[in-house]
Amino acid sequence: MEAPVHVAGIGVISPIGATVEETMLSFRESRSGIGRLSLFDSVHQDTLPVGEVKLSNEELAATLSTSGVFPRTALLGIYAARQAVKNAGIDFGRWRTGLISATTVGGMDRTKSFFIDFLNNESAGRLRDVRNHECGSTTEIIADDLGVKGFISTINTACSSSVNAIALGTRLLRNNMLDVVIAGGADALSKFTLNGFNSLMILDSQPCKPFDARRNGLNLGEGAGFVVLVSERVLRSENVKSHCVVGGFANTNDAFHQTASSPEGRGSYGAMVGALQMGGLDATEISYVNLHGTGTLNNDLSEGTAVRRLYGDHYPPLSSTKAFTGHTLGASGGIEAVFSILAIKHQCILPNLRFELPIPDIDIRPQTVFKTSMTINHVMSNSFGFGGNCSSIIFSKG
Amino acid sequence: MATYINGMGMIWPQQPLGKTALLSMAVSSAGERLTCIEPDYAQYLDVRQLRRMSRIIKIGMACGMDALREAGIKIPSGIITGTSYGCLEDTGSFLVKMIENKEHALNPTPFIQSTHNTIGSQLALLLQCQGYNQTYTHGAFSFESALLDAIMTLNDNPNQHVLAGGADEITNSSHAIQKRFGIFRKTSSDNLSLLKQGGEGTLNGEGAAYFLLGGTRGSDSVSLEGVTTIYKPDADHVRNVASVFLKSFSLLPGDVDVVMVGKSGDTSNDLTIDNFVAGLFPTSTLCVFKHLTGEFPTASAIAMALATRIIQAQHIPEIMIEKNAGRPLKTVLIYNPYFASHHSLILLRAC
Repeated sequence: MEAPVHVAGIGVISPIGATVEETMLSFRESRSGIGRLSLFDSVHQDTLPVGEVKLSNEELAATLSTSGVFPRTALLGIYAARQAVKNAGIDFGRWRTGLISATTVGGMDRTKSFFIDFLNNESAGRLRDVRNHECGSTTEIIADDLGVKGFISTINTACSSSVNAIALGTRLLRNNMLDVVIAGGADALSKFTLNGFNSLMILDSQPCKPFDARRNGLNLGEGAGFVVLVSERVLRSENVKSHCVVGGFANTNDAFHQTASSPEGRGSYGAMVGALQMGGLDATEISYVNLHGTGTLNNDLSEGTAVRRLYGDHYPPLSSTKAFTGHTLGASGGIEAVFSILAIKHQCILPNLRFELPIPDIDIRPQTVFKTSMTINHVMSNSFGFGGNCSSIIFSKG
Repeated sequence: MATYINGMGMIWPQQPLGKTALLSMAVSSAGERLTCIEPDYAQYLDVRQLRRMSRIIKIGMACGMDALREAGIKIPSGIITGTSYGCLEDTGSFLVKMIENKEHALNPTPFIQSTHNTIGSQLALLLQCQGYNQTYTHGAFSFESALLDAIMTLNDNPNQHVLAGGADEITNSSHAIQKRFGIFRKTSSDNLSLLKQGGEGTLNGEGAAYFLLGGTRGSDSVSLEGVTTIYKPDADHVRNVASVFLKSFSLLPGDVDVVMVGKSGDTSNDLTIDNFVAGLFPTSTLCVFKHLTGEFPTASAIAMALATRIIQAQHIPEIMIEKNAGRPLKTVLIYNPYFASHHSLILLRAC
């Protein structure tokens, strides 16, 4: 049995709240964060609903007392990462500390502004708008803000990115390469991704209905979620509390199609089985599954088929929280990791909004109401992405 | 626990390296950017598959397949890619169309292929590899992260074969933008004299190298001892990290036979590198590579490919040697600084 890796801190900002408390209140009251796009002008403003963090760049920068020139992804990242560090209450300067962040959008919001001028004239456009285009720049802005000087890295495996960031952090602790790792992800809404997903015709013009028979696509969302991972030694020496431990994780590739999942969900099945194996857990020991559940025809059918294959007729309570937040892409694994940890902390199951009719072929009925007083020992969270990247992670009550 | 390089493939602005005949004739070109010499991809893939792939995907794919072929492995246990820029061509093309067409009637293909994980996932799709699949995209630490991940993966289970690599491309737009930051030379008539003629700035470069890494060795394997990264350090800090890094392999600086350094032609940056080498490695052979590759975030992948071949052939191409100490070519340390902010160390040893 490997030494446990603890989650000592959590931080999240998403369309349903800028703090853990606001987030829990939204879940309790089933209050969705999906609405009209207001962050930037787009021809899709009135036709494609999105999940926005209800703070402008200026408001984020002012609250954080930081530079407004930073891309929105970095501002959201700083917001959640600072919360996680504060929540952990560790003086990480004493330890070998790393930051692993995930993003798919990076500084694309500002790159787009630059390109409008640059297209007409290669010497036009403000250079400060492209300086932080690269995904790694976002991580460095967060690292510099937190004062992390040791190991830093960035992962982009599309929508499974931040689960892989948390998994890498756990492995670096287990290999005794680091003592503390701040891991998660951030992604801002951008015109690039909105139009990209729209060109694939997988955006719902209504608030999304994950796992419903009449689901018609996803809504894009934004936000950031980070956890602070520590070794047993750090936990004891710093005398801080553990929210839970990382129970297991796995990363597979569906190797079926660049954007579509295989009908049998072989990648997602492999990820769930691999995570259970690493944790030494039987599938029946999982108390709640936080589904990837984007609301697209393809994902929910494929993921549902994989869940059926794993569980047969007796599946545990499960839900997709994307009806609350929209699909936050590279941040989703980090945000949903925090949600999964909250489910353990509050011994509750988070609801799957707007579900009415099960998908006929798989007949899976997610939880539709917020349920408390449950026994939640192990939560599995799924994140699957473009390119067949599939990752699952399990958090276990310590 | 050891990690072995059992196969490799590289595409760079020079002719492919043979196992024994290294770089018999270096390619000289004028201008501020160096471009990869690409193979005929028809030997790797059929025309139908190739038509859909952008240039960087083809480059990555060919390197990956060469590494597998050299190691005699059909399907790796996992694929780990490091790329700073990802698929720039497709990203740019979707962005331009979105602006020009005012968000209407967009072709999804470039968007689909714009994500950084496309190289690794296309390799998985092609090889039908359902195993571990990871993409690091952290500037000049991207390839280093991929190596660290591969080393940990093989520590967990040495009976695996992990395909790990680094890849980055230049596009016309990316070059036009980077140029404006003033990081490249204004004029260059010959890249091969980049490191001899002092000046400001470097040359833009590109390339890719993939390695088939395993926990067990073959007849021609080179040992990958370890890797580390140093973020925004001062000179003393680099020196300390390098000493501690070597010590973790029970080595002293004097045990390093060859130091391969990423001098880029920028006089002030190169002076810092020269001081570092003179202070810590006065008796080692010193060689350089960026006059052959140009500067780019995953240039360290090319450096590792060169070091691998140098150890295998027991020969350093003349054009790479800055100081020959006449030592055996057994322990090679790659020190790669990228614009003063990102430094990395990679240690290879003959088996």
